[in-house]
Amino acid sequence: MPSSPGRARSRMQAIVSHTKLNDAAGALKAPPTPGQALQSFAENRRSFWIILSLAVLFAAWEIAGLVPISFAFPKFSETVLAFVEMVADGTMIYAYFLTLQPLVLGVLISAVVGIGLGIAMGLSNKIEWLLAPVFIVLQAAPMAALVPLVTFIYGIGLTAKTLAVVMLALPVIVLNSYKAVRHVNPSLVDMCRSFQGTRKQQIFKIIIPDASPVLFAGLRLGIAAGFIGVMLAELLITPTGIGDLITYHRSVANYGHMYASVASIIAVSTLTLAGLQYFETNVLRPEKRRK
Amino acid sequence: MANAALSRTQGQLAVTCEDAIVQVRDIGKNYGDVEALRGINLEFQRGKLTTLLGPSGCGKTTLLKIIAGLVPASSGEICVNDKVVTGPGPERAFVFQDFALMPWATVMRNVGFGLELRGVPAIERNRVARRYIEQVGLAGFEEKYPHELSGGMRQRVGIARAFAVNADVLLLDEPFSAVDEQNRRKFQEDLLRLVDLEKKTFIFVTHSIEEAVYVSDRIVLLSPRPGRISQVIDPMIDRTASPDDIRRDAGYLNTVEEIWQGLRQYAE
Ligand SMILES: Nc1ncnc2c1ncn2[C@@H]1O[C@H](COP(=O)(O)OP(=O)(O)OP(=O)(O)O)[C@@H](O)[C@H]1O
Ligand SMILES: [Mg+2]
Repeated sequence: MPSSPGRARSRMQAIVSHTKLNDAAGALKAPPTPGQALQSFAENRRSFWIILSLAVLFAAWEIAGLVPISFAFPKFSETVLAFVEMVADGTMIYAYFLTLQPLVLGVLISAVVGIGLGIAMGLSNKIEWLLAPVFIVLQAAPMAALVPLVTFIYGIGLTAKTLAVVMLALPVIVLNSYKAVRHVNPSLVDMCRSFQGTRKQQIFKIIIPDASPVLFAGLRLGIAAGFIGVMLAELLITPTGIGDLITYHRSVANYGHMYASVASIIAVSTLTLAGLQYFETNVLRPEKRRK
Repeated sequence: MANAALSRTQGQLAVTCEDAIVQVRDIGKNYGDVEALRGINLEFQRGKLTTLLGPSGCGKTTLLKIIAGLVPASSGEICVNDKVVTGPGPERAFVFQDFALMPWATVMRNVGFGLELRGVPAIERNRVARRYIEQVGLAGFEEKYPHELSGGMRQRVGIARAFAVNADVLLLDEPFSAVDEQNRRKFQEDLLRLVDLEKKTFIFVTHSIEEAVYVSDRIVLLSPRPGRISQVIDPMIDRTASPDDIRRDAGYLNTVEEIWQGLRQYAE
């Protein structure tokens, strides 16, 4: 691709002139051309792109709020102010205290039970025959429709909300864990057998490590589903926590506060998933770290 | 072509030898409707390198895995050191066609993995692993991960891992198929050096006639499916000569030609 560097460079310079990055001045001193220097900076720093894309998003939000596209759509700056206010007066913190209880509990239960059942299904045909159909149905079922049923059985307390989280998170985690084990490289299993590894060694030294990327992908999907579960519970069962903040501020037309609550739960969910990914690549799979 | 102790049992070629370490007795293998191997009677001499050669799909990998105890035979039995074996054992080590390295483990851990499974303490197994890593020419790569190595280097890790458990019999399934021609020659020489150094029995599978003639004490030709023994050739190459001289030697070239004529009938 002989022509693309030049094109990429001119695009870089366009970005520099628009956003007036201070780094451009520093980059000029370097021996390679400023475009190249900025390009390598941008390639090396993923955070640069994340910040840039967030900046674009927030700018667009601010403009959309200024227009405004709807009377119920606050500006980005209003939302930030509302957020600061809610953190300062403690309502946001108390809301998270309530929301995180069923979420953390439900996700922990789903992770332990789900990975355990999924691995068991992957290892044993009998367990697979027994459980696979159940979870395939559960995953296909529109769980949101079942959440109100939970209130009939378990009322409106922590149990019902935790159950809503488990109902959404568990099937995803089970089925991904099962798939992870079934897709383990058979040649590695043969290798372990050829060196007389026991079944236990085969499971813990070969199957689980080889399955771990897919196990973790399943866990991430499960946690994302858990966030959906807890929000459904708080919106459909009883308004508490963040769900309550959203419902309440909508009812009193406090749109800045409502959007701040919504954006905060999205941010918490995103950061949790990113943190899990970071943990996986840096702690569990050391070979992934060195590019 | 001499010294091959051949006989016929029920119309099939049978190969015997003195001081056999591995005996393949009447092995047959069916995968469902597919008959992969039929009536294989074959003995492997201790301390020698025997090659299984044959067209693709004739059952070479299957036979090697049956000897390794990784695949059950449909009929017949395998004896190692005069004892019938039904599964993998410490006296045999396998080198896989696709390397079978753990991507999450360093070269050091991969090479020491056979010992790790046996419960050898880390200090001891790292000492052994380091020695074999050096012997296959990978010194300095102990802390690298498989994806940081070339195909040829990965295969050497697989070979070092098999050596590290100190098995009597090494089973190698096309170990050099992922390597370019120049490196392949170098590896063949390295292999001969290791054969000399380690005094082990090697059972080697390859597609390449030249490779088979160059490295083998005995070549067993298999026919296409169902795999049967079609010919046995002892190349009798003088290995004290330099590699280049061997490759120009008339005996070497004639043997290659003879095998080619033998295999050619299947190609047509
Ligand atoms: N697990 C399996 N299930 C069904 N059929 C199989 C299986 N493994 C091998 N076969 C069949 O058995 C025959 C022999 O296979 P094998 O892998 O032993 O051949 P090979 O001589 O090693 O071939 P190649 O030189 O291509 O590696 C092939 O026809 C193959 O299709
Ligand atoms: Mg093969």
